[in-house]
Amino acid sequence: MARKDSSPNVDRRKFLAGVAVAGAATAVAPKVSAAAVGAAEKKLPSALPPSAQQIAAEVGTPKALAQATRPDGSDFMVDVIKSLDIEYLPSNCASSFRGLHESLINYGHNKKPEFLTVNHEEIAVAMGHGYFKVTGKPMMTLAHGTVGMQHACMAMYNAWCDRVPVIMVGGNHLEASMRPPGVPTFHSAQDINALVRDFTKWDDTPLSLNHFAQSFVRAYKIAMTPPYGPVAIALDADLQQEPIKNGEKLSIPRYVPTSPPQGDTGAVKEAARLLANAERPVLVVDRTARTPNAIKLLVELAELLQCPVVDRGARMNFPKTHHLSRAPGVIGQADVIIGLELADFWATVNAWIDTGEGGHGINESRIKDDTKLISINSSDLLTKANYQDFQRFQVVDVHMAADAEATLPALIEAVRSAIPAGRKAAIERRGEASRKAKAEARQRNLAAMAVGWDASPISTARLTMEVWAQIKDLDWSMVGSDRQMSGWPSRIWPMEKHYHHLGHSGGAGLGYNLSAAVGAALANRPLGRFSLNFQPDGDFMYSPGALWTSAHHNIPMLTVMHNNRGYHQEVMHVQRLSNRRNRVAALGKTTGPIGTSIEAPDIDYAKMAQSMGVQGFGPIKDPAELGPTLKRAVDAVKSGQPALVDVWTQPR
Amino acid sequence: MSNVVRVGVAALAACLLIETGAALAASADNGKKVYMAVGCWGCHGTVGQGGVTGPKLAPEPLPYEAFSAFVRTTNRAMPPYREPVLSNSDLADIHAYLEAQPKAADHKTIPLLNQ
Ligand code: HEC
Repeated sequence: MARKDSSPNVDRRKFLAGVAVAGAATAVAPKVSAAAVGAAEKKLPSALPPSAQQIAAEVGTPKALAQATRPDGSDFMVDVIKSLDIEYLPSNCASSFRGLHESLINYGHNKKPEFLTVNHEEIAVAMGHGYFKVTGKPMMTLAHGTVGMQHACMAMYNAWCDRVPVIMVGGNHLEASMRPPGVPTFHSAQDINALVRDFTKWDDTPLSLNHFAQSFVRAYKIAMTPPYGPVAIALDADLQQEPIKNGEKLSIPRYVPTSPPQGDTGAVKEAARLLANAERPVLVVDRTARTPNAIKLLVELAELLQCPVVDRGARMNFPKTHHLSRAPGVIGQADVIIGLELADFWATVNAWIDTGEGGHGINESRIKDDTKLISINSSDLLTKANYQDFQRFQVVDVHMAADAEATLPALIEAVRSAIPAGRKAAIERRGEASRKAKAEARQRNLAAMAVGWDASPISTARLTMEVWAQIKDLDWSMVGSDRQMSGWPSRIWPMEKHYHHLGHSGGAGLGYNLSAAVGAALANRPLGRFSLNFQPDGDFMYSPGALWTSAHHNIPMLTVMHNNRGYHQEVMHVQRLSNRRNRVAALGKTTGPIGTSIEAPDIDYAKMAQSMGVQGFGPIKDPAELGPTLKRAVDAVKSGQPALVDVWTQPR
Repeated sequence: MSNVVRVGVAALAACLLIETGAALAASADNGKKVYMAVGCWGCHGTVGQGGVTGPKLAPEPLPYEAFSAFVRTTNRAMPPYREPVLSNSDLADIHAYLEAQPKAADHKTIPLLNQ
């Protein structure tokens, strides 16, 4: 279908305004004059390869031709996208979606969504991941057929594991007889969505513009129904570039959010009965707080029971300052445990110990035999077979396939009415005991932080407190994960708001942290929040280009490198195996076993940052220099710039 | 590495105060090298401060007998170091290195830990 339409020019800017405004399920007929479509189509010989001119004629878009064309399908697509109020579209540009790209920036005026330039599809998806955790709104991204989708895969898998919505639109040339030969054909596939089908909630390949409208709104709706998750739309290049057919009635379905699934009434009652009568109930949370409101609900439930709350840290669920916020040790004492949206219930109540026994280590229970277990987890509604993110199998006594946040109000009421009057005093005493235990634990943590205080490389505890001194009076948001730093910030900082701590990647795939942090910092920017990113070096080197995006789009964020100069998990793994086999681990020219260190040469992250337009400081090896350097970097960020401080750190 | 030198000097300074100072300083110095070479640092930190991957070893490590018995026979999260991998004298030097670590300051006296 060569698009050689001789119909009169129309004003493309104004053309589809009616569609967007009409919005809700209104059929709109484009007001294009009734000229013949594709009238002047020239046939190519079927058996001969096309000449260079012929290829140019098919693939290139001569100016005069574009002028003469009626509005193309991608303008309508922009109207569809705009109906969902998506703010940003980070993407690595590509020919298979050039139609939509051009429409977004010219017809759509590059607003809602704004096109953000990124250097890798993994960065785009992870930015959406981080952004969602601050705003509760999804981003969309555009990826190039097989290439872009493959690059995006790990980030999509992270989003899937972390139950985060991301809308992936992949460009593709479906029409094999007319697609541009050579590279674009290498980049095409029958079914690009197959690449991500195992870890997306839904995908589709629209065949018409109305099909696109319905599928895009459907994709958004599915992604945003708890349990959230990524979705994919394969977008045919021709569909973007073909003029809207004369007389075609186009409509955009209205988006109506789907309410989340709530736990069954009987199961909620039984859970409440167990909790209300328990001696030592424990509440375990993980991806529980989908919205900030869940933090309040969790406080209400915990206070009602005066029970310890253990946060496994995929979200900021419960104020760390609360007297019921406790370390995981309390799980072993529990007689009833309720797990709310746990990524891994098995590992909450069991341990796997890497003893090497039998080649695979041993399993041990962390709880008493008669401990009752309750689970509310929406992920039970979203189990697929291939990837094992559903984790080890755990038997629980009351098991609700439901959204925890949506179920909490009913559970709170049920617990309130189930608490026997005679138990109130015992419940109060439980709270007092927790207050005391928590205060003691804090002192132990502070004493542990003091050990190695002046060490070089710098201890992660010292780093945590040096940074805290600089940001504590600001409205701060920790946009990266602190997992690799012995979790010191989560253990010691007064985290109370949902944006104080955004959890981790979900699928533990490197390449997430820096990009997700940039996405979260973008979300924090209009609110004037100070974004702080603790950045492991291994993760940094997967997608350093995210820093360039932060400079290019003026996204202020302080990145503090946790530069332990290695893939430290693997340093320990190879060391373990060497010992078990009675062999000295070969180090080569590095500190860790061969293949695990990022040394010799040492990477200068400050220079990398500078080369991408980000203020770079360090490397800092002497703890005494840390405070003054951080202060300068904080000042740079306050002025609206991204900045990076490279710090040579202890391994964990 | 500059920190090797710094720790060595600190250990030497501390040990000159006691009778066996010179011998102990030498072994602590070698202990640091071995501690790094055989990977103790990976789970316990370069000064034995500990973390989520391994408990604190210094200052004040376990008495040598318990220490060496543990290192030789542990069969859980910490892999054992047997003699072919780590000689008795190197293990003793590691212990000396850990013993030479300065005592941590009381956290109440560190301003950053009292913010
Ligand atoms: C792969 C990680 C790892 C490495 C390497 C490692 N350890 Fe450990 N170590 C641990 C863990 C974890 C424990 C806690 C006990 C356990 O679960 O086995 C521990 C415990 C210990 C203890 C007991 C401490 C106490 O107070 O009970 C000593 C002593 C010790 N390690 C010394 C060493 C020495 C010396 C080396 C090097 C020669 C070393 N470790 C290397 C992980 C490690």
